Amino acid sequence: MVVPLSFKHAVRGQVGGAMIEARGLTKRYGRTVAVESLSFTVQPGRVTGFLGPNGAGKSTTMRLILGLDRPSSGDVLIDGKHYRDLHSPLRYIGALLDAKWVHPNRSARAHLKWLARSNGLPKRRVDEVLELVGLTNVAKRKAGGFSLGMSQRLGIAAALLGDPQILLFDEPVNGLDPEGIHWIRQLMKRLAAEGRTVFVSSHLLSEMAQTADELVVIGRGKLIAQSTTGEFVERASGTSVRVRTPQLERLRTALAGTAGTTVRVDEGALLVNGMTSDQVGEVAATQGVVLHELSPQRGSLEEAFMRLTGDAIEYHAEEAGEHLHMQGTSGGAKE
Amino acid sequence: MSVLGAERIKLFSTKSPWWSSLATVVFVVGFGMIFLLTTASLVREDGPAVPFRVGVSTTQQGIFFGQMVILVMAALAITTEYRFNTIKTTFQAIPGRTSVMLSKALIIGLLAAVLGEIAAFASWGLGRLLVTDFDLTIRTADQWRQVAGAGLVFAITAIIGLAVGALTRHTAGAVTALLVWAMLGEQLIGAIPRVGDKIQPWLPFNAGGHFLGVGPNQNEGAQTGTDLPYNAWGAVAYFAGVAVVLFLVAVLVVNRRDA
Ligand SMILES: Nc1ncnc2c1ncn2[C@@H]1O[C@H](COP(=O)(O)OP(=O)(O)O)[C@@H](O)[C@H]1O
Ligand SMILES: [Mg+2]
Repeated sequence: MVVPLSFKHAVRGQVGGAMIEARGLTKRYGRTVAVESLSFTVQPGRVTGFLGPNGAGKSTTMRLILGLDRPSSGDVLIDGKHYRDLHSPLRYIGALLDAKWVHPNRSARAHLKWLARSNGLPKRRVDEVLELVGLTNVAKRKAGGFSLGMSQRLGIAAALLGDPQILLFDEPVNGLDPEGIHWIRQLMKRLAAEGRTVFVSSHLLSEMAQTADELVVIGRGKLIAQSTTGEFVERASGTSVRVRTPQLERLRTALAGTAGTTVRVDEGALLVNGMTSDQVGEVAATQGVVLHELSPQRGSLEEAFMRLTGDAIEYHAEEAGEHLHMQGTSGGAKE
Repeated sequence: MSVLGAERIKLFSTKSPWWSSLATVVFVVGFGMIFLLTTASLVREDGPAVPFRVGVSTTQQGIFFGQMVILVMAALAITTEYRFNTIKTTFQAIPGRTSVMLSKALIIGLLAAVLGEIAAFASWGLGRLLVTDFDLTIRTADQWRQVAGAGLVFAITAIIGLAVGALTRHTAGAVTALLVWAMLGEQLIGAIPRVGDKIQPWLPFNAGGHFLGVGPNQNEGAQTGTDLPYNAWGAVAYFAGVAVVLFLVAVLVVNRRDA
């Protein structure tokens, strides 16, 4: 199924496309500093991942971009303008921050209809986006009865309504089934390929590694890195390889002799940093060493990422805080 | 204009405003008729001894109950947006929060005005059918005001409900505050010995009621013959003033705080 995403033109954004620019963005809620002196840019034509553990300030940053919350200091510009100064903002920037932000008794269609109306978008656009996300058949049903996957699709329909050059998605794959995850990943890539600016958050490096070309990484409200995904993954994971062999000492000596490589013994195995598994295998072959295991350590990715974004203990403390915060907001006591 | 259109779609695409509208009319007419029939039979039995008389404004005594439904409906128009977080979607689509508030005020105010007219004339019309031995014909300008004025009073009432809803952001909080104020607070304050009578005219809902010839200030009633500091139009102007001030504060607060 290939439905054109754009009702104007997909080519538009390629030249000097729209971007997001945060400049010294800071947001405090009482004594909590949610975001601190955050500066980054999001460029068109690629998927930019916004990565950070839970409570790092991703959702806050997204709300600041959309002018929903006011920064304590600094600002963020969309195409050089503040969000509040955009006329018909849905034509510039579409966002899915939370799929449940719909009135449960309003039909999907009515939800999109008032949004379209608010920005002077044609009515037929509502049907187009419903078709695009595959909700045409349930358009008249109340949004409150939708599954998470359907709500997510409705949210994406809303984001695409104004055919915007910039798209924000806050943890879009959370809680989705594999099919839904695949669909969203493909969609984001397609949007970026059309020259749009796509900014998507996640707390999982493994997720971002599959979708994002570029990463903005934050931890506890502060910028940790902005780089290409490849660079960051390499930095985060190193190139750790796990080897088991009966001739442990022999292999260790051989590997340690190679420049830029560190080797450590871990539960009767060797953990090699600074070499690919191919290279380790070759060294073993030249030494005539028997190997019982040779595995690249992808599992260490998230752990290494946690190390980069703030140590694990503080992370858990923050996670507990986040939990409390969620309870607070579901009670509605949000300021 | 597009903001207004969006707010209109929003209001009428859920069921609760329809039910509220129906309830408003039913309350006004229902309570109005009970009051009218009771008063009429009392006057018939006891004649001039009873300190009431039956006139056009007697058909309008259910207005207050309709007003309470309007308060709740108007508050809900914004508190449900906070409850379901659609307020964020709203401000994302329309970053100009003042225009969102103005549009809401206009739509809900208009709906309230229409309901006020329907309810008031329905009460009067039905009253005339049910009670034929008293003269219920609208003749004077005062009588016209007492019936046709309901739309204006309901519109002002809606603005108060909306403002309080926006300030509290919670359905329960807003509804409690509004109903306690209108149904209980004003009555209790008015009942305070000596000072109560002096404050009474400055209680907003009393003032609004006075414009329609209903409530404790009414001249035709038995309760007070006190000199009021305003005439009917002054009373409604005061009521409107209170609504405008509340609404301006709400707009200011909505603009300043996080969505
Ligand atoms: N409205 C709010 N009021 C108070 N604290 C908040 C609010 N929103 C976020 N926070 C706090 O700010 C921090 C960042 O939260 P958030 O932006 O939701 O992080 P993330 O989306 O990365 O998980 C957390 O400590 C959270 O508790
Ligand atoms: Mg978040």
